[in-house]
Amino acid sequence: MSTLEIRNLQVSVNTDEGMVEILKGVDLTIESGQTHAIMGPNGSGKSTLAYSIAGHPKYTITGGTVTLDGADVLDMTVDERAKAGLFLAMQYPVEVPGVSVSNFLRTAATALRGEAPKLRTWVGEVKDAMEALNMDPAFATRNVNEGFSGGEKKRHEIMQLELLKPKMAILDETDSGLDVDALRIVSEGVNRAKAANNLGVILITHYTRILRYIKPDFVHVFANGRIVEQGGAELAEKLEASGYADYVSK
Amino acid sequence: MSVLTTNYLTPTGREEAWRFTPLKRLRGLHDGAAVQSDRESLITKGALPSGATFTRENLEPLSASDDVIIERVRGAVSSVAHLSIAANTELTEPIFLGRSAGGLDTAEFSRVRISLGTHAVATVIVENTTDTVLAEDLEIYLAPGSNLKFVTLQEFESKSVYTARHHAIVDKDATFKSITVTVGGDVVRILPTVAFKAPGASADLLGVYFATAGQFFEHRNHVDHAVPHAKSNVNYKGALAGKDAHTVWIGDVLIRAAAEGTDTYELNRNLLLSDGARADSVPNLEIETGEIIGAGHASTTGRFDDEQLFYLMSRGIAMADARRLVVRGFFNEIVTEIGNEEVQNRIMDRIDNELEKAARNG
Repeated sequence: MSTLEIRNLQVSVNTDEGMVEILKGVDLTIESGQTHAIMGPNGSGKSTLAYSIAGHPKYTITGGTVTLDGADVLDMTVDERAKAGLFLAMQYPVEVPGVSVSNFLRTAATALRGEAPKLRTWVGEVKDAMEALNMDPAFATRNVNEGFSGGEKKRHEIMQLELLKPKMAILDETDSGLDVDALRIVSEGVNRAKAANNLGVILITHYTRILRYIKPDFVHVFANGRIVEQGGAELAEKLEASGYADYVSK
Repeated sequence: MSVLTTNYLTPTGREEAWRFTPLKRLRGLHDGAAVQSDRESLITKGALPSGATFTRENLEPLSASDDVIIERVRGAVSSVAHLSIAANTELTEPIFLGRSAGGLDTAEFSRVRISLGTHAVATVIVENTTDTVLAEDLEIYLAPGSNLKFVTLQEFESKSVYTARHHAIVDKDATFKSITVTVGGDVVRILPTVAFKAPGASADLLGVYFATAGQFFEHRNHVDHAVPHAKSNVNYKGALAGKDAHTVWIGDVLIRAAAEGTDTYELNRNLLLSDGARADSVPNLEIETGEIIGAGHASTTGRFDDEQLFYLMSRGIAMADARRLVVRGFFNEIVTEIGNEEVQNRIMDRIDNELEKAARNG
């Protein structure tokens, strides 16, 4: 059982006009097995929350705490956060030229498990993970995210989620750019990871359609750098009907 | 058409061709101060396959050179190490050449010829090792329809000075691919150049270099499109780490008036891995006819991509390992073109080691 606790998190980013505050005090607690949907309009700070927890160097934490089972996440390097059990499925995963998917996955698994996975079982593990997400075996020989379609990038992110077995995952707009079939396949992958590892999930999305496949236990509405309303799955239905207009004007 | 002038010019460093080169570190190769040794260090490694011969002959140069060190070499040496692949010979395994001796007190002046008969197919890998002072005039002739992959590995030890011209003359429908790898030596200056002799010829000039603290590596490509319907592609990638690591890449492509239907592209990418290193990159494209298929060039010099490192580290990969993955990936595209896994692994391991060494020294 793990708990990710975010307390009064304040985050700024350096721009041409100086430091701009994006997160203005975010409180959120996620337990293993729970799914928290974070919904909100573009520019409300949802992705900043995701990248700040993962430790992207662009963001400066100006206040608050993030802990995983009591350990200070903000004091960890990016790789230490992953080793502690955090995972970020990125909205725009970057290309890493010349590094094959199979080499990348094995290097990551070796780092996270503390030893190189046994080759025979590892090949099977990767093959199963790829088949489950309907991916061509040739995928493993391609360079990381190079020339991937939008859908392939997202499948690749969720494949990592299944293989690397984190405790807590943040999915940053994993649904964006996916057609209905790809959305279903990717969602099933998330649900498998939840069932297999009692994964806690922060699901960041602009739209409600992914919530038909991944059932949230809690829905938080994000606007202007903070959570402005919280509820259960029914809150998503209300947003589906009325949009974010009420929250933006507040 | 040998040029045997005795009054050699001595470069001052103000000439375009020499403006980047640290002349003082050339151990007298450029001004005649070097004492000529009687070394003839180039040897074959392993038995030669049938259809290939390696001899020493007196040969006239195939091409004119305006490089003053090459002129001195031609003036001093008439015996040429000649690797010849007979017509219609198709070799499946590479021929390895290497160095039998080095030495820093005297300088070796070397002339080398590699010639392929019509429709011959071969891969030649030259392993340039030892601690040496070596000036080399290396000429390659590809007869019509032949195909050569020419790999040179500059794995010299730390005090070496190597200045060379690797010039290929590519005849009708012949295919030339060179892969120039420079990872060792104090000063390495290579002119990998190509002249097309007849239509249908093509040349790929690929290269990688990794310079660490104090090393100077210069590669000056020149592709002469003097005939119609020839194709060339230049792609050199370099990384630099450490104080006063300095690399130079010059990419000259000349498309003469007669060279209609030319297709050429040249690319140079540099990765600066630390402060205090300097990469010069100068593409030059001179076009005398508009009747061409394409001509382009690009040059980039950058640092580690933070987004790439963040992505890898967010999967648990430590900073040093992430950097190593990115650098390996950067070079991978070209190193895999060598097509020999043992050599590829050795070069990649060498690059890993240099990177680690540079990281330790800050």
